[in-house]
Amino acid sequence: MSESASTWSPVVEKDFAFTDEMRARADAAVKRYPPERKQSAVLWLLWLAQEQNGGWLSTAAIHHVAGFLGMAPIRVHEVARFYTMFRLKSKGAYCVQVCRTTSCWIRGADKITRACLDAAGTTELGEVSADGAVSVEEVECLGACCDAPMLQINDKEYRERLTPERAAEIVRELRQHAKDGK
Amino acid sequence: MLADSDRVFRNLNGADDWRLKGARDRGTWINTAELVKDGREAILERVKASELRGRGGAGFPTGLKWSFMPKEVGDRPHYLVVNADESEPGSCKDREILRNDPHMLLEGSLVAARAMGVARAYIYIRGEYWEPLERLDAAISEARDAGLLGDDAPGGAFDVEVTRGAGAYICGEETAMLESLEGKKGLPRLKPPFPAGVGLWGCPTTVNNVETLAVVPTILRRGVEWWRGLGLPKNTGTKIYSLSGSVERPCNVEEELGVPLRDLLEKYAGGVCGGWENLQAIVPGGSSMPMLPKSVCDDLTMDFDTLASHRSGLGTGGVIVMDNSVDVIEAVRRFSHFYMHESCGQCTPCREGCGWIYRVLSRLAAGEGEGDEVDLLWTITKQIEGHTICAFGEAAAWPVQGLLRHFRGEVESRVKEVTDVKEVA
Repeated sequence: MSESASTWSPVVEKDFAFTDEMRARADAAVKRYPPERKQSAVLWLLWLAQEQNGGWLSTAAIHHVAGFLGMAPIRVHEVARFYTMFRLKSKGAYCVQVCRTTSCWIRGADKITRACLDAAGTTELGEVSADGAVSVEEVECLGACCDAPMLQINDKEYRERLTPERAAEIVRELRQHAKDGK
Repeated sequence: MLADSDRVFRNLNGADDWRLKGARDRGTWINTAELVKDGREAILERVKASELRGRGGAGFPTGLKWSFMPKEVGDRPHYLVVNADESEPGSCKDREILRNDPHMLLEGSLVAARAMGVARAYIYIRGEYWEPLERLDAAISEARDAGLLGDDAPGGAFDVEVTRGAGAYICGEETAMLESLEGKKGLPRLKPPFPAGVGLWGCPTTVNNVETLAVVPTILRRGVEWWRGLGLPKNTGTKIYSLSGSVERPCNVEEELGVPLRDLLEKYAGGVCGGWENLQAIVPGGSSMPMLPKSVCDDLTMDFDTLASHRSGLGTGGVIVMDNSVDVIEAVRRFSHFYMHESCGQCTPCREGCGWIYRVLSRLAAGEGEGDEVDLLWTITKQIEGHTICAFGEAAAWPVQGLLRHFRGEVESRVKEVTDVKEVA
């Protein structure tokens, strides 16, 4: 609902094929496993496809991975759906995920989420901000309980021991980065 | 209290260099060939004699687990799988090993491999641990360049590969992890057959936790007697505890097994917020271990057998502290949301029951519970427990049982308030 209300428009799905660089990285991932066990590389390849595709997996990307590994597309689809870090739709340039589980909650995770949503100018979890820059989600335990409360940016970067003020600042910085095209 | 000279993990807080040079300065990789030169049986006997128990949650004797592998390597290669999918809420210790001392894990993997006829190990690391993954990758490259991994590794060819998970708690269950390594959904397998017989790609496989493997070289280096001198009988050695929640300074710290909880919290974490008398309850070993009230905590020691005697468990050593300001029902409701979200959906009692638990707890937490819903909640946990393929069912049921065992009055008081209001109306 928020998507139609904003100026942000969803990415139209395009054909997908690994770039030469990604193809080389995919080949290297396959070599981690015995030659007859190529399917084991499917998580690595989905990670690469998601990276190349701007943070989410289109159907075309999933089919490309299936073709690369000689798997039935449905087998790759079900893997992509099972693992929560694979996204099946675009979530904006920066996906901010606030840990909501008990250790973080005791130390104020709710206030962090609130501050992030306010700084993004959104009301719903998962909603993409009007400028297409950020979406704020709540996720389950990210394994940084002794550094609570915390959040994660784009599946990689942890920001720990937060205050609501610091969390809001992070979101504002991300929106600025997106605007500057970084 | 553990003397600094007895610490196994010397860079747990990351103040020192995590790379090969720093690791060697701390004693890792200095005489690995020496440690493994007596061969498979000798290593196995020493690890058995050390009474080391797995640090991933179940506390199963490590030497015994290793001895389940076939004695000879036949047509099928043997594999070691390293469980670095640390996802149990309240646990964040393996992350510190992976990013601050990755070589300890690599050396431990090599020693374990020698005890099981393994030539290749796979480390399965949770998808969110990006910084630990980068450092682990770098450490593997360093070790290969230094001839510590690869064809010339101490004791013969051995190498390590990494798989990055993608956000599924269930993949920390060992057979789900094997499925995931095979490129499938992480659905736990029925056992038997056990992984030591039929594991990764149908080959004999042992799955061990990061911390378990990381301590093994030090045990061999300093001797079984040294290790057994720490901790308690059958609960030997040291353990990393993750102290989180209502404490002044949350931290990961290594201490002996059997350390008094109060000492642990007051010496290392600055104590409970508002002082010891303000303690309400703890979760002693990660979210699936039932909570214990202050009355039990007052003279509780932190080891496998003591915690089991209180119908809880040491689990991963992730201690979540709750002071009197914390709503214990909401705390457990958060766990239940986690389990509902993470159930793989394979077994009906778990798939449906976790949602039931969460919805009933939500009603109770909001003061909307009625009549016999507390009993209903208990019944649901009993219908999940023991009726699923893997231990996830127990993990989801136990925290709720712990809540009802120790805080039933608190839960019931909210039901009553609503009922009373209705009667007045």
